[in-house]
Amino acid sequence: MLRLAARRLLKVIPLLLLVSFISFGLLNLVPGDPAVQIAGEFATEEQIEDIRAGLGLDRPWPVRYASWLGDAVRGDFGVSLFSKVSVATQIWDRLPATLSLIGLSLAISALIGVPAGTFAGWREGTVLDRFLTMGTTVGVAVPVFVAAPVLILIFGIKLDWLPATGYVPITANPIDWARSLMLPAIALALTGAAEIARQTRAGVIDVKKQDFVRTAHANGLATWQVLGKHTLKNAMIPVITVIGLQIGRLFGLSVLIEQIFNIPGLGSRLIAAVFENDVPFIQGTVLILGTVIVLVNAAVDISYGYFNPRVRAAA
Amino acid sequence: MTIADHDMSSTAVESATTESRRARFLRRFRRQGWAIGALVFLVIVAISAIFAPWVAPHDPLSQSLTDSFAGPGSEYWLGADRLGRDTLSRLIFGARYSLLAAAQAVLVATVLGVPIGVIAGLARGKIDAVASLVADAVLSIPAIVLALAIIGVLRPNLTNAMIAIGIVYAPRLFRVVRSAAISVREETYIDAARASGVGMLTIARTHVIPNVLSPLLVQISLALGFAVLAEAGISFLGLGVQPPDASWGVILGQGTVKLEEQPLLILFPGAAILLTVLAFNVLGDGLNDSLGREIRRE
Repeated sequence: MLRLAARRLLKVIPLLLLVSFISFGLLNLVPGDPAVQIAGEFATEEQIEDIRAGLGLDRPWPVRYASWLGDAVRGDFGVSLFSKVSVATQIWDRLPATLSLIGLSLAISALIGVPAGTFAGWREGTVLDRFLTMGTTVGVAVPVFVAAPVLILIFGIKLDWLPATGYVPITANPIDWARSLMLPAIALALTGAAEIARQTRAGVIDVKKQDFVRTAHANGLATWQVLGKHTLKNAMIPVITVIGLQIGRLFGLSVLIEQIFNIPGLGSRLIAAVFENDVPFIQGTVLILGTVIVLVNAAVDISYGYFNPRVRAAA
Repeated sequence: MTIADHDMSSTAVESATTESRRARFLRRFRRQGWAIGALVFLVIVAISAIFAPWVAPHDPLSQSLTDSFAGPGSEYWLGADRLGRDTLSRLIFGARYSLLAAAQAVLVATVLGVPIGVIAGLARGKIDAVASLVADAVLSIPAIVLALAIIGVLRPNLTNAMIAIGIVYAPRLFRVVRSAAISVREETYIDAARASGVGMLTIARTHVIPNVLSPLLVQISLALGFAVLAEAGISFLGLGVQPPDASWGVILGQGTVKLEEQPLLILFPGAAILLTVLAFNVLGDGLNDSLGREIRRE
């Protein structure tokens, strides 16, 4: 188990270096002279020089990369171009909202996906199964920016059960926090729920055909006991798989969700940065999210070893 | 037997196998009811986009404030927006932007991903290791975040948005092409060709590329679905197509602002995006099932 973990973590290092190189390299995509481009049409000579110095463009790029990476490792991503506020401070301020959104939506995905997949798999081929399977096929394809306005309209405006937009920090009021995140988290959870349902269904169908389940049945165990004991125990694996497959997607989609629901998270700040051409903030966000995802993927792979001894043996 | 004779006979054999492959594909594809339905739907959307000025009942930009938020009816089949513009006509013209943009993005992804994939899969060794690592690194960054980052650096407009989506999707095409190239590389006839002194370029052209085409076709269908969705998302945020031009994403975004007044303004563009993305996915799956067992969706 430890060897598996160590080997997997070793692969992380070159990947993280490349992610940092991509984040750094974004600046070189700026067409023409980055300082002139970023300063905009009406900038004075002084402002252009200011930006040039701020981005360190007066030095050769390997030197810039080394010092940029050195600062980034110590948690310093520079300052936003115009507001001059530290990028790291902005990211840390905004990360809690994004993380609570993603965490809550993963929980909702599992709460919908695992029971739906279990029912569909246990009653394979019935009308209920076909209905659920079709639902997951469509569910995977519904774009969040379509699902979100529909949810706002139904539950936020017509029924007025939940706040349509806005965000309350958990420190201010935990109940209002949960209420303010409910609709965005559901909108974000749909794809994950469909994916978890699909994986769980396949897993249940697979386990159901095993001899030991028939034996359990023959020994007089009720269906729900067989389900609980033998099949749902394995339900964590599809959930973890989906976390591994979708963590990047969730961070990506949360950008759209935060913008639609007016949540002050990393994503809505990123959109503002894109409009403002705030290259240091964009670089910092790409680096942080890329790093988080590389690490989560490594953790998911290692946890397979924990949940599935066969993987451990193969390593 | 002269060399020329030999060449002719080998070409004949080759075309015979491709012919039977095509026949097998058509036979299998004909049984894929959903995939055929998806293809028919996409062809209808594409044709109405191309002939938009003749198909659309109204000028998509003509305003009529008396018809603000009109519901569906005989005049406006799908209703009208705040400025009284006909939703159906806007969607038909919007399809031009959405489909063309998706095609551009997939073209960028293909140009970047396919040659590198063929080279990495054939050459293996260090070239392959580096290219695969770069692909993994790009895939580690959330697609939307990386696309937004590239747009933010290049400045927001439709062309840059499509370049960004193409770059983001390229590693996915790279992976599929690379693994197809690797499996071809293991075939004995490649060894035979190399032993008889055929150059790598010729091998790539005559053996690898034809074998890569089928999985690539499946991936391109899926990629088009992804690109339609991504373009809609980016234009929805106001970072792609700029008004008064309108893709489906722009129309949806404008509808969202006026959600309370007329909910139908999000329903129809939303349905257009959803059905088109679904159609590309279903078509991709149908192609996959028809093109043989050895090709699997990633």
